[in-house]
Amino acid sequence: MNRSERIEALYAASKERILILDGSWGVMIQRRELSEEDFRGERFADHVGQMKGNNDILCLTRPDIITDLHNQYFEAGADISETNTFSATTIAQDDYHLDAQACWDINYEGAKLARAAADEWTAKEPHKPRFAAGSIGPLNKMLSMSSDVNDPGARLVTFDQVYEAYKQQVRALYQGGVDLYLIETITDTLNCKAALKAILDLEDEEQEKLPIWISGTITDRSGRTLSGQTAEAFWNSVKHAKPFAIGFNCALGADLMRPHIAELSRVADTLVAAYPNAGLPNAMGQYDEQPHETAHELHEWAKDGIVNILGGCCGTTPDHIRHVADEVRGIKPRQVPDRPKAMRLAGLEPFELI
Amino acid sequence: MRPSFINIGERTNVTGSARFKKLVIEGNYSAALDVARQQVEAGAAIIDVNMDEGLLDSVVAMRTYLNLLAAEPDIARVPVMIDSSKWEVIETGLKCVQGKAIVNSISMKEGEDKFRAEAVKCLRYGAAVVVMAFDEVGQADTAQRKIEICTRAYNILVNEVGFPAEDIIFDPNIFAVATGIEEHDNYAVDFIEAVKVIKATLPYARISGGVSNVSFSFRGNEPVRRAIHSVFLYYAINAGMDMGIVNAGDLPVYDDIDPELRQAVEDVILNRKQRHNVSNTEWLVDLAPKYKGEKGQVEAKTLAWREGTVAERLKHALVNGITEFIDADTEEARLAAARPLHVIEGPLMAGMNVVGDLFGAGKMFLPQVVKSARVMKQSVAYLMPFMEEEKQQHVAGGGTYQAAGKILMATVKGDVHDIGKNIVGVVLQCNNYEVIDLGVMVPADRILAEAKEHKVDMIGLSGLITPSLDEMVFVAREMQRTGFDIPLLIGGATTSKTHTAVKIEPGYSNDQVVYVLDASRAVGVVSQLLSETDKPKFVADTKADYVKVRDAYGKGDNKPRSDLAEARERKFVIDFAAETPVAPSFLGVRTFSPYDLNDLAEHIDWTPFFATWELAGRFPDILDDDIVGEAARGLYKDAQEMLARILTEKWFTASGVVGFWPANATEDDDIEVYGDETRTKVIAKFHTLRQQMKKPRADQSNLALSDFIAPKGTPDWIGGFAVTAGHGELEIAKKFKDAGDDYNAILATALADRLAEAFAESLHKKVRRELWGYAADEDLDIAGLIAEQYKGIRPAPGYPAQPDHTEKWTLFDLLDARARTGMELTESLAMTPPASVSGMYFAHPKAHYFGVGKIEKDQVEDYARRKGWPVDQAERWLSPILNYVPS
Repeated sequence: MNRSERIEALYAASKERILILDGSWGVMIQRRELSEEDFRGERFADHVGQMKGNNDILCLTRPDIITDLHNQYFEAGADISETNTFSATTIAQDDYHLDAQACWDINYEGAKLARAAADEWTAKEPHKPRFAAGSIGPLNKMLSMSSDVNDPGARLVTFDQVYEAYKQQVRALYQGGVDLYLIETITDTLNCKAALKAILDLEDEEQEKLPIWISGTITDRSGRTLSGQTAEAFWNSVKHAKPFAIGFNCALGADLMRPHIAELSRVADTLVAAYPNAGLPNAMGQYDEQPHETAHELHEWAKDGIVNILGGCCGTTPDHIRHVADEVRGIKPRQVPDRPKAMRLAGLEPFELI
Repeated sequence: MRPSFINIGERTNVTGSARFKKLVIEGNYSAALDVARQQVEAGAAIIDVNMDEGLLDSVVAMRTYLNLLAAEPDIARVPVMIDSSKWEVIETGLKCVQGKAIVNSISMKEGEDKFRAEAVKCLRYGAAVVVMAFDEVGQADTAQRKIEICTRAYNILVNEVGFPAEDIIFDPNIFAVATGIEEHDNYAVDFIEAVKVIKATLPYARISGGVSNVSFSFRGNEPVRRAIHSVFLYYAINAGMDMGIVNAGDLPVYDDIDPELRQAVEDVILNRKQRHNVSNTEWLVDLAPKYKGEKGQVEAKTLAWREGTVAERLKHALVNGITEFIDADTEEARLAAARPLHVIEGPLMAGMNVVGDLFGAGKMFLPQVVKSARVMKQSVAYLMPFMEEEKQQHVAGGGTYQAAGKILMATVKGDVHDIGKNIVGVVLQCNNYEVIDLGVMVPADRILAEAKEHKVDMIGLSGLITPSLDEMVFVAREMQRTGFDIPLLIGGATTSKTHTAVKIEPGYSNDQVVYVLDASRAVGVVSQLLSETDKPKFVADTKADYVKVRDAYGKGDNKPRSDLAEARERKFVIDFAAETPVAPSFLGVRTFSPYDLNDLAEHIDWTPFFATWELAGRFPDILDDDIVGEAARGLYKDAQEMLARILTEKWFTASGVVGFWPANATEDDDIEVYGDETRTKVIAKFHTLRQQMKKPRADQSNLALSDFIAPKGTPDWIGGFAVTAGHGELEIAKKFKDAGDDYNAILATALADRLAEAFAESLHKKVRRELWGYAADEDLDIAGLIAEQYKGIRPAPGYPAQPDHTEKWTLFDLLDARARTGMELTESLAMTPPASVSGMYFAHPKAHYFGVGKIEKDQVEDYARRKGWPVDQAERWLSPILNYVPS
């Protein structure tokens, strides 16, 4: 299948069934107990500072591990696996003193690894094509939030810097062969809008249109994103990109995430996706929720018709994904609602003029 | 009025509000934000922001205002209309809003191409758009032209650009009527007619307009203008106008307008046949002065909260983060209260409790709470002199003063670092706690004696270097032994919850030990510990948490480890035959005292300096940063001015010493230092520690610093240095502090630290190029130096490559550092003066920085043997890196 056929297959599959995304990468990588030297590999052996903890670099230094994780998740039943490129922007990688070339390589090679794994599984199981989603994560620097308590107007980066960083990532993921983009764990909608503009501009300039999946993060019980928006305001702020899917991930377990997904399900006239954490972390920062518990909760969502795509975030494992995939198999995906045309704007809260 | 009409706040528009313009030009953004807040409170569903003013850099003003606005959740909840005639300003605005905004406006004034291009950009940023009825010919005035242009624009947007029709708003131009020029008489009718047709023929498109234009000829007579607006809107809305830029809340209800005035206005708006012997315009002009005296309603509405009691006003100001009236309200509350403290305990605390409750319930967000704290701080600052006065009178009268609580703070014995402790002290004082600060290097007995004397409510201990951890354990045990029963707080860079739970808490059971992560947590912890009602739960929660931490710690680190023998087999191997060690240009020590401070000033790495002040960003880019640039430039200017004084007035003296000795590595990770090139007499031994984490791959090594020195048989050398720029530092800082100038005290300390680091950097360069001379041709600029692009390393004892601080004894002895530089080591191996750096030089090009990580008991036993220590002594000095719990 070429890319446009794969995209067609993705849309077709999304109409037939609830699609399954993979689970956490962090916890799976952590379990390998890799050393500083593993992270550095030959290429970064003499690189300044610490590299350990920079999971994205493993696309270059331990591709074997990344391929293995793609395979584990596809084996567990995931339709879509994400590239290991969550932090592979020049801004986020500046923490590790990595330059633009290294960032490009992470994205490009990361996309190729996911592509290869997906193709292999599609060849093996043609009835269930697998897809590679280019992971585009948040930045440690935000455009809507002050970087300085004494100066609410302070920002560490400009929109243009964020835009350029994402543009490079998107271009590399595209050239590496991803089937869709997944802008995820969005803490600041303005950062996300910079990423969206980068994608839309690239489509104007040179690239084929790929589906976009936008996944925000409701950080706590306030029911808002970190930058203060409600679920509906968030949707209004990004729907101009005509995303393939909109949803939430991270920060909350399934029980606490449900009302916000239900809200998106009501307002969004596109697919709704959710990949919660395995509950909330315990005092030691570990996730206790067992695969069957996660699966039980998500099965309820599927039954109630509020989701089209499910997966797992922090603390979830291939076992979680296997349980979720098994539980929701055969359940009809959410029906995308037809909403009346209206002017819908947003500040932190939604505005609607019907 | 039809309820669905959308009010767009107009007062945040420099072209429409003289007051707003003045505030922005003066840079009074805080008051300019209050203008927006008043608009939202008065019911504006969207706020229009316009910075088009010749005296302003409109791009900067738009960005500054919108960035500040983003931090005000009560304003930012509504969408923004980004209003400018310049595309550049609009695009700047689009880069600052996370929500979906409206662009106001684009048009075909400069042709279709520009119109299309700007529309596409609006789509890419995700904004709705106002389209002005303006084309290459000019602004549409007649109904026919308005309809024609809007229809043409609609077709381009919807059919060519793919713009969603529901995101299009037309502004068909509202022009002034009653100007005395006959051609203008039908302008309102033209608008209303055009609205009807556009709404009927262009599906989903919306209509907006700047309403105040219509009454322009009556400026100066607000009541009549408001009546005109109200009447105009009545008809325009009925025709289908959806939204308008109006002063929300400013409009009289149509039915409430005096009938005589209303009829005169209607005749003008609707261009009716004249019913008097003069024109409709003249009739209204004659009538107008009669209605001029009526008072405006808008201020009364938005400032309604000012009508409440002083307690209600304080609460409102706290919850809404308004500082505008806080001094006056605080004064009023103070006059009404028996004691100034009662203002804090009463209305202010009540207000802050509301803030806390709203925050807890998810109805307020962090930025709002931070603003509330700012209001609280200002109010308390206002009360401070009165409380001070009262306290003095009270004490003079033989009484004792009762603050919210009394906290003793100290940096423990052997440690000299106090910036963090000082910050916590300031924060606590802001919250009305009395802080007794004993300073640095405070021995346990003095802490306990002072605590008794001052009858403090709790003790806070701080420390930066690892040996301070043990001292804290000791203080806690002493508190237990001598029967103290007050809480003990632990903080500082090397402290941790784990250490507090595992090592400190078990030694003190009379009251609770609490680890305080950072300054922001301090007030919460202290207030809960002082509250009779909150304390039991807080203590119980803390205890339970620490039990968990201890359990987890007891389980240890399960990662695979190498034993010492295995680790040594995997040492880092250098081929010393291929890369032969280079001999230094001299042997023995050489003193640099005083060292030229001017040279050091040039070597300063400013990035960490800004980090000290919580300004993140790389120097020098940080100075040009759009946002923090201004603050950074201000600080940099202050720093440069002080630096100039430091240099000309010689506040500090820099002294340093460098030494080189023949040296070889032994097989058990030591480095023998010889008296001369015969290498027969060992004058000292540096002991090093080896990594014991399992390294699975063949090309990975378990490093120790001794790997970088050649074994016996190949001549090699090691160097050492100790530098300080801090002679004079403490005196200067104290002078500023005593004068109440914390800013300059911290500035001086921070600069001394930077100078010491620069000294180490500068001297290392000199060592590489001249003194050792192994890199004589090195030519790096300052940026290259800071990026550590040079060969060789200068690791310091107490840091990751050699975590054992006690190696400083050997280093200082070899260098004769005390006599040559005036530097000293405390019993915990902190260097004095605090602005000091010391370390060893390794010249080999393969030498590099690394971290030893955790070590196992076999290495500790071996290390103790090499150091000539009992094992338990080694365990004490190495306690932060032990991978086991010593018995």
